[in-house]
Amino acid sequence: MGAASGTRALDVEHISKRYASAGGPVTAVDDMSFDVGPGEFVSIIGPSGCGKSTLFNIIGGLIGDYEGRVAVAGATISGTHPAIGMVFQEESTFPWRTVVDNVAFPLELSGVPKRERLERAESFVSLVGLHGFGHRYPAELSGGMRQRVAIARTLASEPRILLMDEPFAALDEQTRLLLGDKVLQIQQQLRQTTLLITHNLTEAVQLSDRVLVMTYRPGRLKRVVSIELPRPRDSEVVSSAAFGRYVAEIWQDLREEASRGIQEDESRVLQRGRGK
Amino acid sequence: MSEVRQTSRRATLSARLGPRTVGLATAIGVIVLIEILIRIGIINRFIVPLPSQIVGALPRIIAEENVLHRFAQTMEELLWASLLLALTGIALGALLYRFRLLRAACETWVAALAAAPIVLMYPLFLVIFGRSATTIIMIGFAAGLAPVILKTLEGLTRTRQVLIDVGRSFRLTPAQEFRKILLPAALPSIFVGLRLGLIFAMINIVGVEFLINFGGLGQLINELAERYDLPATYGAICFVILASIVFFDITGRLERWLRPNE
Repeated sequence: MGAASGTRALDVEHISKRYASAGGPVTAVDDMSFDVGPGEFVSIIGPSGCGKSTLFNIIGGLIGDYEGRVAVAGATISGTHPAIGMVFQEESTFPWRTVVDNVAFPLELSGVPKRERLERAESFVSLVGLHGFGHRYPAELSGGMRQRVAIARTLASEPRILLMDEPFAALDEQTRLLLGDKVLQIQQQLRQTTLLITHNLTEAVQLSDRVLVMTYRPGRLKRVVSIELPRPRDSEVVSSAAFGRYVAEIWQDLREEASRGIQEDESRVLQRGRGK
Repeated sequence: MSEVRQTSRRATLSARLGPRTVGLATAIGVIVLIEILIRIGIINRFIVPLPSQIVGALPRIIAEENVLHRFAQTMEELLWASLLLALTGIALGALLYRFRLLRAACETWVAALAAAPIVLMYPLFLVIFGRSATTIIMIGFAAGLAPVILKTLEGLTRTRQVLIDVGRSFRLTPAQEFRKILLPAALPSIFVGLRLGLIFAMINIVGVEFLINFGGLGQLINELAERYDLPATYGAICFVILASIVFFDITGRLERWLRPNE
């Protein structure tokens, strides 16, 4: 299930990742395969500890030594790749740079002349709705504004694929919904291929064309749900009946996995207690 | 609108001047207290001169003891020592950060160096560099090196992993990663190290000037103490404090220039 063959922006094929641990090898991700089409918005959702962030780091090239293949437009990649831009869960703006200098960072690395890069950075600052804040420092901004700066910085590198790891996790629900609007607007405006890692159901349904549900440890692909809500969308969509049905449908799968996760965590703690 | 602006300007001014005023008032209060304690005989005036006598001695040491020239000499030695400290200390801290084995092998030794009474090794430095300003600079440098190395290492090690990951996602070279992420992230800690290093360097520079009777303010303090001219001795010590204040101010300005948001 996915984008038509030959038109895929991203292919993830049979990815598995094992870690060594004191209790023997742990499989974080097990045989994950999916693809993302150009301009498509795909979310990966799963309970905490299912290996979502491991998958994010593998696709982004920050983790090596895995089984399987990651390909951009059909070409296998290893390590970080200019086609993939990453937005991290943690606050990742550079506190010593102003907003516009943060956003201009990738342009500076590409050797774009100062005047041009500042102009281009300003346009991305405006795109994420921070016009007028270009000369502020991140410490002067709210958490949501800082995360928008991080998104603008990644967009300024003009990646073919935007890879986001729970970028709104630290924000309150209202800010999260409104930022979701912003991301949707940008994604629709730029036709930006986007892969979002999240554990938030409403966020996944609000933003995505498809939602991939992962199992609890080891992380496997459990189900793919196509979201047929009309586009362009905004946060109003969350009050529709169809939205509620999608949320309920995905929650059924997710609840099983989340419950299993809680039970396994509890039994692990008990075993550890007995071991002592 | 203009009222709001005026209020905010007043608030900024009071935030800036408030601590300075309190600091100055405290210093004056302590000086007055010492003056009173000496005058009523609680502090022996043959050990500690009256602050008013110290103030009275200042024109004399400026006119007769060439204190400004000596102040400039000590400042120059401190400047060279601090440049050496910044260049070598930051480079060595970065080296320990980069090579884990080196760090595991040397970190304890560097920490031990911080506690070592380097000033007592002045005969060795005299043998190597002679009775010259170089000896004084090198002792100041050696004394201040450990905190710069350790705080640089701490700053680099504490750089948030996500910032390094951002750099990796933009495919920075190791040199770019150091220059554009690690170094600016570690700057606040590096400046703490530099300030500590400067304190150690200053103490040792003046101490060695005193011991080898050569150079700037330390030599002057030695001469004045030999003459048992206590008000002038304490007056000269005031110039040592002034040198520290000037250097702290310079490092503070430099830090604000490099990290304007701090």
